[in-house]
Amino acid sequence: MIELVNVTKRYPVKGGERTILDGINLRVRPGEKLGILGRNGAGKSTLVRILSGGERPSAGRVIRNMSVSWPIALSSAFHNHLTGLDNVRLICRVYGADFENKLEFVREFSELGIYLREEIVTYSAGMRARLAFAISMIIEFDCYLIDEVVAVGDSRFHEKCQHELFERRKERGKVIVSHDPNFIRKYCDDVIVLADGKLHEFSSVEEGYEFYDRHMKL
Amino acid sequence: MNRSLHPPKIASTPLLVSLNIQRRVIGALVMREILDRWGRHNIGFLWLFFEPMIFTLAVAALWSFSKMGHGSTIPIVAFALTGYSAVLLWRNMPNRCVRAVQPNHTLMHHRNIKLMDIYGARLLLEASGATISFMLLSLLFIGMGWMKLPEDTLKVVFGWLLLAWFGCSLAILIGSLSERFEIVHILWHPISYILFPLSGAAFAVSALPEKAQQAVLLLPMVHGVELIREGYFGSQYHAHYDIAYMAGVTLVMTLFGMAQLRYVSRHIVA
Repeated sequence: MIELVNVTKRYPVKGGERTILDGINLRVRPGEKLGILGRNGAGKSTLVRILSGGERPSAGRVIRNMSVSWPIALSSAFHNHLTGLDNVRLICRVYGADFENKLEFVREFSELGIYLREEIVTYSAGMRARLAFAISMIIEFDCYLIDEVVAVGDSRFHEKCQHELFERRKERGKVIVSHDPNFIRKYCDDVIVLADGKLHEFSSVEEGYEFYDRHMKL
Repeated sequence: MNRSLHPPKIASTPLLVSLNIQRRVIGALVMREILDRWGRHNIGFLWLFFEPMIFTLAVAALWSFSKMGHGSTIPIVAFALTGYSAVLLWRNMPNRCVRAVQPNHTLMHHRNIKLMDIYGARLLLEASGATISFMLLSLLFIGMGWMKLPEDTLKVVFGWLLLAWFGCSLAILIGSLSERFEIVHILWHPISYILFPLSGAAFAVSALPEKAQQAVLLLPMVHGVELIREGYFGSQYHAHYDIAYMAGVTLVMTLFGMAQLRYVSRHIVA
């Protein structure tokens, strides 16, 4: 279970502060698939970063009783001036995983071949995305945070990712941010909508979408 | 679906587990830092202590040739080694911690990596570099007969550790303040330059007039340098230091540094 209790997040802006999340309460149960909807700038990514623990709330509490991933496929979670291999090694060290085993998987999954020995700055966007996704899959978590992952790579790689995340890790929890309604409908049991710093909950995904569509038109 | 709230249980990690995680994370960051700074080219991570050694040798040579007066009977090479190594120890640590978040902020997506770990890895590297350089050059100079073995090695070690603690607390304080206030980042470099000649590296406190002694002894690192020199040259050197004063100031700085660190950690945007 992950639980947010009265979580508020403010960011400094010129001449004051802007409240992005305003006293939010949320529970993510083990195995739950939760979709997050909201307009641009509604605070979806902020919410994901607070769930991951990459950022701390300005007020309120975050309670994690299960392991939670970093935002999946986020190539910015890696270090540009290290090689692909060095990044795999870094992540293995940080999470206490065995490097040799994991490397095999990354090699095979990312299909980067000799480029694994090159610095990430030399990678194309697609190569980065492939490496990032592969590295995200070497550490096992109870709950995966997915921030707009659907656009990764070409369609074949895209399918490989879906398989790895939604077939092989079917029973794991997922929190998904996406603008693609079909994606959320396909994979999520519940949705929440973020609007004006508040969180709205619904008894079904369709109700959530109705609210979201209405809100978008306002 | 029920998301209503009961009084929540706080999940806590036992201290030993936390310490193990932190050890692992700092180890990983040290390796990353080494690759990032020196890469795999030429001598790689040996630069860690080669660079301070080159600095110290250059300063020792410069001071020898210019026959710089420092107000004691100790050979100039030995004087430069003890003095300049001490400067490298307390000055490089803050230099590496100023604006350390930006190049590392991508790592903050990983919950186990905290700002303290990033500082920890950098402090560990800087302290090791300065220490290895000091030890190797001491051995070299002693081997060449330019200086004698320390009269009281334990005192040297103690002085060195005190200075390292002072450097760490200064680094964490200046480092975290530099994240909050741009001006700290800008001013730190001129300040560290001015502090160098005042830090006791280039003079013996006993050679100064009494008023100047009192003024200079306000600086905590002077006490550390004097302590190291007493350990090395005890019978030939009249040292001035107050361990309680240096430890007291450093303790207060550590406290303020930790408070700033905590504030900055809470406000980092990953």
